[in-house]
Amino acid sequence: MNVAVCVKQIPDTAVPGALHPQDHTLVRDGKLVMDDSDSYGVEMGLQLVEAAGGGEVSLVSMAPNGETSGLRTALAMGAAKAILVSDPLLAGSDALGTAKVLAAAIRRLSPDLVLAGTESTDGYTGTMPVQVAELLGWPSVSFARHVEISDGLLRVQRQTEVGYDEVTCPLPAVVTVTAGVVEPRYPSFKGIMAAKSKPVEALTLADLGLDASEVGFGGARQRVISIEDVESRKAGEIVVDEGNAHERIIRYLEQLKIL
Amino acid sequence: MHKTWVLAEQRDGVPAGIVLELLTAARGFGGAVEAVTWGTSCAGAAAILGQYGATTVYDVEDIGESLAGPKVAAAIAAQISGGNRPDAVLIGATHDGRDIAARLSVRLDLPVLTNVTGLDTSEARPITEHTIFGGTVLLRAGFTDGLPGLFVIRAKSFAAEAAAPAEPQPPEIIAIPVPETGASDAARIVARHAEERSGPKLDEAAVVVSGGRGLGSSDNYALITELAQLLNGAPGASRAIVDAGWVPYAFQVGQTGKTVKPELYIACGISGATQHMVGMKSAKNIIAINKDREAPIFSISDLGVVGDVTKVVPKLIEEIKARR
Repeated sequence: MNVAVCVKQIPDTAVPGALHPQDHTLVRDGKLVMDDSDSYGVEMGLQLVEAAGGGEVSLVSMAPNGETSGLRTALAMGAAKAILVSDPLLAGSDALGTAKVLAAAIRRLSPDLVLAGTESTDGYTGTMPVQVAELLGWPSVSFARHVEISDGLLRVQRQTEVGYDEVTCPLPAVVTVTAGVVEPRYPSFKGIMAAKSKPVEALTLADLGLDASEVGFGGARQRVISIEDVESRKAGEIVVDEGNAHERIIRYLEQLKIL
Repeated sequence: MHKTWVLAEQRDGVPAGIVLELLTAARGFGGAVEAVTWGTSCAGAAAILGQYGATTVYDVEDIGESLAGPKVAAAIAAQISGGNRPDAVLIGATHDGRDIAARLSVRLDLPVLTNVTGLDTSEARPITEHTIFGGTVLLRAGFTDGLPGLFVIRAKSFAAEAAAPAEPQPPEIIAIPVPETGASDAARIVARHAEERSGPKLDEAAVVVSGGRGLGSSDNYALITELAQLLNGAPGASRAIVDAGWVPYAFQVGQTGKTVKPELYIACGISGATQHMVGMKSAKNIIAINKDREAPIFSISDLGVVGDVTKVVPKLIEEIKARR
């Protein structure tokens, strides 16, 4: 059972997001970390490989400047190796361009299963994993809240707007997992040390045989027209509860004629 | 703009709320408005789609136990490749909508603009609006090439309004075939589970009372349910307590959950992560109760109570009951 997990390396979410003034891409200059949403896929992959009694978890990522710090976190959790695609030509790629790159990287691994988060924390486009599935000609199950494999068949509880569906799916397949689906493990000291020597294969666009016109700003075929600050809601009255704040709420509800 | 398509997700002949919002938006383009639907009961849905301006309804027909993504995307792509091409396809940001958009994008080799919260239809190429960074920045974007434009639109971005006249011609229903989808359509739904909830629907209720981590334990969520019931509202939740398994996903308000726009939103023990605020900041009035004076939720609330929800809410419940 070999699992490929898509891992996005993003700016620390504690730092407020910003856009480049010229090309309007997200600023990703500083140190990048593994997107928390992807830690669930990594954990799920590790658990499925353990349950299958063999195989390994590989990571696929696309990042500027050969950034690997986020990948090292996932390797420290227990992933065996990683493919990292970095190329100046990729700057400005949209979800479809990214999906083409990751699908090409995944083909080199020929895994049984691809896992990804439902959407990234920084860009939250939310289409990339299923685009990968369509590019590979594979089935996909998005919004998985429980995943198991028996007799080579995926059994997934897929979130719906009203509850959940039980879905079966043959392999190979792409599954997107929701946050909370599993409890991601903390890397152990041993894991962190081991991660330093695990293989990270660095690839360029040419290595993947992709044409530059399919990715980057050109391939995205979209542009940012303007950016402006929104007049934000103003903070209203603040009451510190000294045992009777509920009375203030009651008066507010009366004003709104809710009571 | 001569033709706009709206993806019309429906259940038992009732279109999802967002479909009516998208049809209303599509009328703004000025050209023909057509809908694409799938599943059983298309005829029932078509009448309602017509009231909101659809003149033609393309019916992918019963997709059986398949997931919607592969078959619906393949059927639409085949129409477009065959020359029946709209200028824009409007897709609701639902689970199935996102699957269809992703697969359609690959089949047509066209980009998608997602998380759209507004559309300016006055230009030849529509300009999209996206509220980013937790709603503090408005970004406008557009496609530079390729038709149709694929747009994934967030719920509650437009108010649904029926078209005039009130009794329009029923739309023409045209069945469209699903081409061979191969392995991509191998997933099957074997059982469907609805997590029942009573009272008004979360995304339609005039009052929403949501709980978060500040409740301390899942047992205390009963306070949220009770307060919501007393105010004839719907209970909601932050992602943190959905992830923790306290309440089902159907309760979640935020970027990855429901977008709500009630008259009154009461946030109980919710700090106000960006992910949550995106889903509720358009509420008309916001009351927040939180222990932490520095919680971001207070920056957008009309009335903020710095205090322990497990102390304030029980007293509030008692007082409301005493008035009945």
